[in-house]
Amino acid sequence: MADAAPRRVSLLATSGLTRRYAGLVAVDGVDLTVPEGGVHALIGPNGAGKTTLFNLVSGLVAPSSGNIRFAGADITRLAADRRARLGMARTFQNIRVFGAMTLLENALTGLHPRLTSSLVGIVARLPAFRREERHAVARAREALALVGLASRAEERAAALSYGDQRRLEIARAMAGAPRLLLLDEPAAGMNPAETVALSALIRTIVGTGTTVLLVEHDMHFVMNLSDSVTVLNFGRRIFSGPPAEARADPGVIEAYLGTKVAARLAGR
Amino acid sequence: MEAWLDDLFWTYQNLVVSLGINGLLALSMYVVLAAGQLSLGQAAFMGLGAYSSVLMTLAWGWPFWLVLPASCVAPVAFALAVGGPTLRLSGVYLAIATIGMGEVLRAIYLNVDALGGALGLSGIPEQASPLLIYAVLAAALAVLWLVGRSGLGRAMEAMREDATAAEATGVDVRRMRLGVLVASAVLAGLAGALSAHATDFIGPNDYGFEPAVTILSFALLGGVGSPFGPVLGASVLTLLPEVFRDFANLRLVFNGIVIVLAVLFLPRGLLAWRMPRRAA
Amino acid sequence: MLAQQLANGVLLGATYALFALGFTLMFGVLRVINLVYGFYFTAGAFFSLWLAQAGWPLIAALPAAAVGAGVVAVALDWLLLTRLRRAHADELASLMVTLGAVLALYAAATAWLGPDIRRLPPDLVGGGAVDAIGVRVTFAQLLILAACGALVGLLVLLVRGTTLGLAIRAMAEKPDAAALMGIDTARLAALVSFISGSLAGAGGVLIGLNFNAIHPYMGEQMMLRGFVVVIVGGLGDIFGALLAGLLLGVVEVLTAGYLASGLKEAVGFAILVLVLWTRPAGLFGRADARRA
Repeated sequence: MADAAPRRVSLLATSGLTRRYAGLVAVDGVDLTVPEGGVHALIGPNGAGKTTLFNLVSGLVAPSSGNIRFAGADITRLAADRRARLGMARTFQNIRVFGAMTLLENALTGLHPRLTSSLVGIVARLPAFRREERHAVARAREALALVGLASRAEERAAALSYGDQRRLEIARAMAGAPRLLLLDEPAAGMNPAETVALSALIRTIVGTGTTVLLVEHDMHFVMNLSDSVTVLNFGRRIFSGPPAEARADPGVIEAYLGTKVAARLAGR
Repeated sequence: MEAWLDDLFWTYQNLVVSLGINGLLALSMYVVLAAGQLSLGQAAFMGLGAYSSVLMTLAWGWPFWLVLPASCVAPVAFALAVGGPTLRLSGVYLAIATIGMGEVLRAIYLNVDALGGALGLSGIPEQASPLLIYAVLAAALAVLWLVGRSGLGRAMEAMREDATAAEATGVDVRRMRLGVLVASAVLAGLAGALSAHATDFIGPNDYGFEPAVTILSFALLGGVGSPFGPVLGASVLTLLPEVFRDFANLRLVFNGIVIVLAVLFLPRGLLAWRMPRRAA
Repeated sequence: MLAQQLANGVLLGATYALFALGFTLMFGVLRVINLVYGFYFTAGAFFSLWLAQAGWPLIAALPAAAVGAGVVAVALDWLLLTRLRRAHADELASLMVTLGAVLALYAAATAWLGPDIRRLPPDLVGGGAVDAIGVRVTFAQLLILAACGALVGLLVLLVRGTTLGLAIRAMAEKPDAAALMGIDTARLAALVSFISGSLAGAGGVLIGLNFNAIHPYMGEQMMLRGFVVVIVGGLGDIFGALLAGLLLGVVEVLTAGYLASGLKEAVGFAILVLVLWTRPAGLFGRADARRA
């Protein structure tokens, strides 16, 4: 399965990545390569190990074996916050915004790794601290504007609708201008209009130079948006390549539709 | 001065001192709760600050301006020893280990002769004036206010809301947790040294299980939306027993019930106001 | 001398194990660090005291006190924790509620009963003793050992050998799934509370017998041992708690015998910190030390 896109330096590469739980291999020797730039999708039926793979990549779950390289460095043993500092940001399948905080404060938290002021600087309100804080607020407002929530910056996050909370999570992740943005089922629970707007937003994000890797169930959404897809089934990678080829791949069809349907389709 | 007036003054001086000290202790609880952790070692940290400062004053003859900052050393050392391993685990481990720490220190105070045993240590010069106590409290409030409005304050609230999401956005959760525990130990250690040098006597039972839980009730009653909530909570719970003197022996019953009711029905405390988290 | 110390240590450790078992069971199944647990211990001791004073023989007073403590446990669990369980509140919220409640309960009990130490009627257990291989064991101690052994055996049988035990283990693994499978989790929670409370209550009676000292705060002093035992044994690990309880009893007796009696508590805590630094999942490493 040759990559349709021209060879680029890979931003993220896992090799032999494995995570075992008692009596279950959630992710089984997965090699995943994400080149710099564009949208890349990770798909597969329920329980295929997509979210576990995301958690492995972002550092919330430790691998049983295998390794992960990001921007040329081995990050297998790094804690999640270290990976965030290297330019990796993510959203969650079950939305995890900071509900008590305002939208602006949520976005500012996304900038946390970039703040350098020491305790002394903060308490003495040194000019450098105030400059940094002003700069951070401007950046956070830009991130909110990117997702169309700028006018609601002072509202509490818990008051937002479901779809808006998803967008706020993206703004929080984008505030720090990450090199890689991991989106875990960004379209889940969205209506068709919101999904279309989300596609446009993801294209805009890619335009700013951030690479997007997303997990998604909505096949239509993925096929129209992605430059490449990787398909997982029972924790293993069964396909990697351009979306058009994924749709025609018998292994992928079988994984999604079950053996019987696949056989019938093949016979027709 | 008439004897009864003298008596009254003395009574209120004690109350003035307790209000300041309890305010500091409430802040020491606040910094931990504000970051979503539960430490029950505040009374133990206070005891370490008190006993170590009294030794410095009585046995070594150090001047008070040196004793006060040095009183933070022992509490911080214990915070690191207990916090180091437990903060890697789920939050209940820190709570359990810090309760245990308080009980053990009490056993040590009781059994080590140099620490006065059950009689405690007395004859401590009264070097901590109410003015000094309130200056330290005001400084602590100011620092916590400024920190709360900075990126550190946002990181702390983010951890309280959702530690996993905070970690994924780049907050070094483990370091922050250790940091707030150390800050808490510093505040409680100062409170211990100040109260010891304001009352001329310390005893092993001042820093056990009951004070530990009482300090938690200060913070939970006031609420942790800003550092002012816990100080308010401490004031209310310090003044109430003065008002209802007839029920003084039910004070602890009341404090315990305050915690139960606050957690179940008043999760944001009396002062539900939440401070803004940005400085620009 | 050493043999006598070891025997005393094992006897003491048996009661620690019994006490800690209920605590670790409660955490393992209900996911609650229930600090009121120490109060069930106090309650059991007082129930047995009152029954003994009313002329009941120990053979009847012990089970009655255990049942009484179990009933207290069910009532307090319902009062304090049902609301939090329904809201899926985190472990720290339930810990704080039980902490506040236990402070109120100890203080109320002290205000009502006074802080004095009470003693069981002297003729409750025969004053005899058995001598063998240079070790002297009193009838009271033998009774304690037998009662601990019987209760622990019953608990293990219940958890490992009955369908009820299967339901309890299912709830410990996945409470939501257990509820979906038709297990009445509220009733099971009450039952686990009852069992735990009874174990604590029985522990209170036996420790009251062992030291012949009963007072409202005895449960609080016991809780520290409970913490040490459940963490050293691994939170939620029943066999770990058994072994760690025996270990703590022996270490405490040896410390008191060869070092200084005042350091008994400190030694337990030193072990606790040491285990946290080196083997946070417990000495036997089976409990899940879930990351924060």
